Order: sequence, then C-alpha cells, then structure tokens
Amino acid sequence: MTAIGKKRRSTFSILGQLAILVFGVAAPFLFPAYTFQIAMLWIMILFALTWDIMGGQMGYNSLGNILFFGAGMYISAVVQIAIVYDVAEYTAAFGAIKIDFTTAQYFTGFALGVIMAGLGCAIFAAIFGSMVFGLRGPYFAIGTLGVALAAGELVGGWDYVGGGSGISMPVYPGDVQPRALFFYFLCFISAIATFMFLKWVYSGRFKTTINAIRDDEEKAEAMGIHTTRYKVVAWGIAAFFLGISGAIFGNMIGFIEPLEVAFPTITLGIFMVVMSLLGGKGTLWGPVLGATLFHLFKEVTWIYLLGWQWVALGTLIIVNVVFFQQGILGWAQDKWPEWFGIVVDEKMSAEQETAREAAQ
Amino acid sequence: MWDNISLLIIAPLLNVQLLLDGVLIGAIFALAAYGLALVWGVTNVKNLAQGDLVIMGGYIAYVFTTLGIHPILALPVAMVLMFGFGWLIYRLIISHVIERDLFTSLLATFGLALVIQQLLNLIFGPDVQIAESGFDILFLFGGQVTLAEIKLVALVLAGVLAAMIVFFMKTSRMGQAIRATAQNARAAKIMGINTDRVYAFTFAMNAAICGAAGVLISMIWVIQPFFGTSYSIRSFVIVTAAGLGNLPGVIVAGLGLGAAEQFSGFVLGAEFQQATVVGLLVLVLIIRQLQMRRQRRVVS
Repeated sequence: MTAIGKKRRSTFSILGQLAILVFGVAAPFLFPAYTFQIAMLWIMILFALTWDIMGGQMGYNSLGNILFFGAGMYISAVVQIAIVYDVAEYTAAFGAIKIDFTTAQYFTGFALGVIMAGLGCAIFAAIFGSMVFGLRGPYFAIGTLGVALAAGELVGGWDYVGGGSGISMPVYPGDVQPRALFFYFLCFISAIATFMFLKWVYSGRFKTTINAIRDDEEKAEAMGIHTTRYKVVAWGIAAFFLGISGAIFGNMIGFIEPLEVAFPTITLGIFMVVMSLLGGKGTLWGPVLGATLFHLFKEVTWIYLLGWQWVALGTLIIVNVVFFQQGILGWAQDKWPEWFGIVVDEKMSAEQETAREAAQ
Repeated sequence: MWDNISLLIIAPLLNVQLLLDGVLIGAIFALAAYGLALVWGVTNVKNLAQGDLVIMGGYIAYVFTTLGIHPILALPVAMVLMFGFGWLIYRLIISHVIERDLFTSLLATFGLALVIQQLLNLIFGPDVQIAESGFDILFLFGGQVTLAEIKLVALVLAGVLAAMIVFFMKTSRMGQAIRATAQNARAAKIMGINTDRVYAFTFAMNAAICGAAGVLISMIWVIQPFFGTSYSIRSFVIVTAAGLGNLPGVIVAGLGLGAAEQFSGFVLGAEFQQATVVGLLVLVLIIRQLQMRRQRRVVS
C-alpha cells in the first residue's frame, strides 16, 4: 500500500509543481492587468513558506519575521544608492535629486543589493537570535513582535536612511511593461527558489532535527542536538529569503518608507502567520495553499467589501485560529492519512482509543 | 539630544513637570496592566486586544460628550457595558482558546483587536478625539509647572477603582473563587467552583477595568481607533516587568513606564516615544533571559 501511496503522492506533487510553473510563466501574459497582484501572490507564498520554517516545523511562533523583509529592503536601497552616490545627501533631498543610473549601474547595483540584502539579513538573524532564543512560547512571540515594531520606529527616526519620509528608489531604465514583467519574474523565481530549497532541506536530517526541537526541546538537547545552532540556521534561512523578497519588493514599489512599506508588522507580519495556519502549518504545501487562498480572499474582499475588508480579515483570523487551527492540509491529513503516506497501525490506534476512553 | 538633557539640568522644574505628567498617565497604564495580569494569571490567556478594550471605553465617554453629558458620568456606564461586552467575547472566542496552547490565545485576540479597531474606525472615523471634561488647569511653582485638574481627578478615580478591585478580590465570594482558580483550577473545580463562570467573570471584569481606564484616558489624553495596540504593548511591558499576581509591582512599573515615556519623548523627540515603549519591552525580556540563564533556565 505504501508503495502505491508514495507513487500517487509523487505524481500529485509533480503535477502540482508543473501546474504552478505553467501558471506562473503564463499568468502575466494571460492577465496583464493583474501582474502586480499575482507578483504579490508569489511574495505572500514566500512569506508563508519562510514563516513555517520556524513556526510550523520548529514550534517557535515568531510574530516579528517581517523585520527581515524591511531590513532587506533598506539594505538593498542603501547598497544601490551608495555605489553611485552619497546616501545621506540623496535621502536628505527627499527625492529632489534625481541621479541618473546608467543601465549597467542600475543592474549591477540591483544584483548587489539583492545579494547583500539576503546575506545581511541572515547575519542579522544570527545576532537577533542570540537576543530572543532564550524566550519560549508567548514571550518569544511578544519579544519578536516588540523587536519588529521597534525596528519600524527606529528606522523612522534615522535620518541617514531618510527617516519617516522614506527613500525613493533608483528608477528602472526601461518602459513600464518590461519593468512589470522583470519584477514579476523576480518575485516568481524567488518564491519557486524558496520552495525548492525548503523541499530539499526538508527531505533530510535537518527537518527531523527541527521537528524534534518543536516536540520536546529538552529531550532534543539531551539527545545531543545542538539546539541553538539549529535554531540560528533555521532562522537564518528564513531571513535570507525574506531579505531577498524585501529587496525585490522595494524596487518593485519604487518608494520605501518605514511603517507602511518596510515594516508593516501588524498587517503583512501577521498575515504570514495566518496564511501558514490556514493552509496547515508544519507541511510543505500547506503555506503555499494557505497563501493562495488568503491572497484571493483578501483581494476579493478588498474589491467587494469596501470599508469592511479589515473586519472580514480579522474575523477570518479569529475563525481560523479558534476553530480551524490544524489548517486545510492538517485536516486532510487527519481525515485521509494514507494519502500522505502516514501508515496508521490499526491495533495501536485501537489501543490508544481504549486508553483514552478509560481515562475519561 | 544633549541640548535637551542640559535643558533638564538647567531648569529642574521641567523634571517635575515631566515626572508629574508621566506618573499621572502611568497610573492609568497600571490599571489596564492589572486587568491583563488578572486574566493572564487566572485563565492563562494573553490578551492582545487589551488596548482596544481601553479605546472602546474611551469612545463610550466620547459619545457621552457628544450627547452633552459630562464624561465622568460615563465611567460607571462604560464599566457595565464593557462588562457585558467582555462576557460576550468570552463566550464567543476566549472560552474556545482557554485550554489551547499559548500562541492560539495571542493570535485569536490579535484578530479580535483588528476587528475592534476597524469597527471603531468605521463608526467614528480615523480622527483623533478627546472627551472634553471642562476642568481648569492648575499652575504650580509660580506658573512654571502646569497641571490639568482633570489629571488629578483621573488619578483619584484610578486609585479608588484599584482599591475597589482589591477589596472585591479579597472579600467577596467571587473574588475568592477567582483567586482559588488562579492557584489551582482543578482543585477549585473539585471544591465545587464553577470555573467556567469564574473565567467568564474574570474576562468580563478585565473588560470593565479596561473600559474605565479608557474613559480616564479619553479625558486626559486623546483617543483614536488605532491607538489600542500601543496600550496593549504597554500592558505587556508592565506585566512582564512586574510579574503575575504582583499588584504593587504592577503599580510601580506602570508609574515608571509613564515617566520613562515622558522623559524619552522630551530628550529624544516625540517620534521616539513609541519606540521607547517597545524598546523597554525588549529590554525587560533580555534582562529576564539573563536572570534565568544564571539558573540555566529559559523564560517561558
């Protein structure tokens, strides 16, 4: 049975990946009016996937992962400007100085900015991790939330990067249409890269280890697992991809600002948690599914429930968390475990059932 | 920044002014934080909608002023209304998350906070409002230190409320049941206490306390639909610093936070006032970690 189940699963998985690839490549040509929204969808999928590394697989529920998104955005902005110009002068002029970036300058700056954003955020995660990894449960969640909120406020008061009035990014050397496609495909590729990387990482020992940390950290430590090292690595991976997405998003938007664009802690920062929960945390496909459904729900309510969209979103969060926390894939796993290659030992589960009844 | 510090040294009365403002507002922070500590200790629910309950109370007072009634009279009304609202929220949401893990309650109440903020925004609009109380301003030290009378009134009211809550918790049957449940819910259940009712009452009482705090805030400061989050964070700072079930600690931390905010707002500039609150939260958590690390334990 397992062999058939495995085969069926892998067929499903391959078909699903193929469908996503075809959709991803064709979408901007089929729906040119929605290119930005679909690009946002890929970013949302990346958010949910990276949150799930810590929240789902490792049991560390961070409410402040958006910190790396904003940090990546600012790192790339500073790098891109600094290779041609003095950053402080540029930001002090509030976009009045329009320096011309040649095509070569723009693209080298952009590539360098994206790489630096990813690496910088990973290093940042290691430093930040040493501050918060002594916290557990609610304190970890509140602590990370506090750090992300503080980051937004502090950047807002830092004149070197433009303070509260933000930075207008270097202008893309080209027309509107190619620009939209360029950034669309960057978003698409970064989401796919995150997915493939996580798929590879989750297929090995790393996943077993971080799952052990989730299930019982003391025991995992007693088994000789260097838990802090794994926690730092897990967060570093999340931060790396979030930083890259931040750098791309900042350039796509064209203007960055601390509170609404770079560190939207209580919107995007919480959405990434809700998307993972909606799809089913602790699974690879759950965040993808959850992000897609959430983004659809959000866009539809934004169009049809003008003014009430946030109320609908809050209600969705409450219902999701309170009544449906296992998420769609978690629910499906309970219902049809054989689809997911989970072998149910009939005898053992019957014994557990009787034991549970006896306890009641 | 250094200019501002030297200004504080040259004109010592400025310190008095800042300290006074901070302590008077801090008393109200302490009130809301006490509600959070109460719910946290008894039901183990971390209420991220705490600040939004405060703002709701503030809007009740604001409605009173638009009707031409003095906002102080809104205090008992707000407490009763918010008590009912708290009970409703308990039945709808909180009762389902009480037995669940810690993160569930955080996220569920966050969703609740979002809904409350947005509903207030839809009803009252995003403008900053104040419940005008019509009291005078006192001038102390030959006019160098100003003090709005309403702030003193609010301090007294907050003190009276706190005393009432303590008296209620110490003497009444329900207060004893709440304390028993906080100590050991299972034992309390065996002794015949209806713990579900105790949880509902605790959460409703917390909402009432928040409502009262909101009425006072709306009279001495300003309210706005989205200001709730900062009150939630403040409550968490105070409770994390003071620890659960430590009323004197909550009061001291509340007054201290109020003063710290005023001073940092003056020294670093108003845009850093918010950052001070979250910065203090992070600082408190780091200090806690260092304390626990000495005993090879974690903050949980």
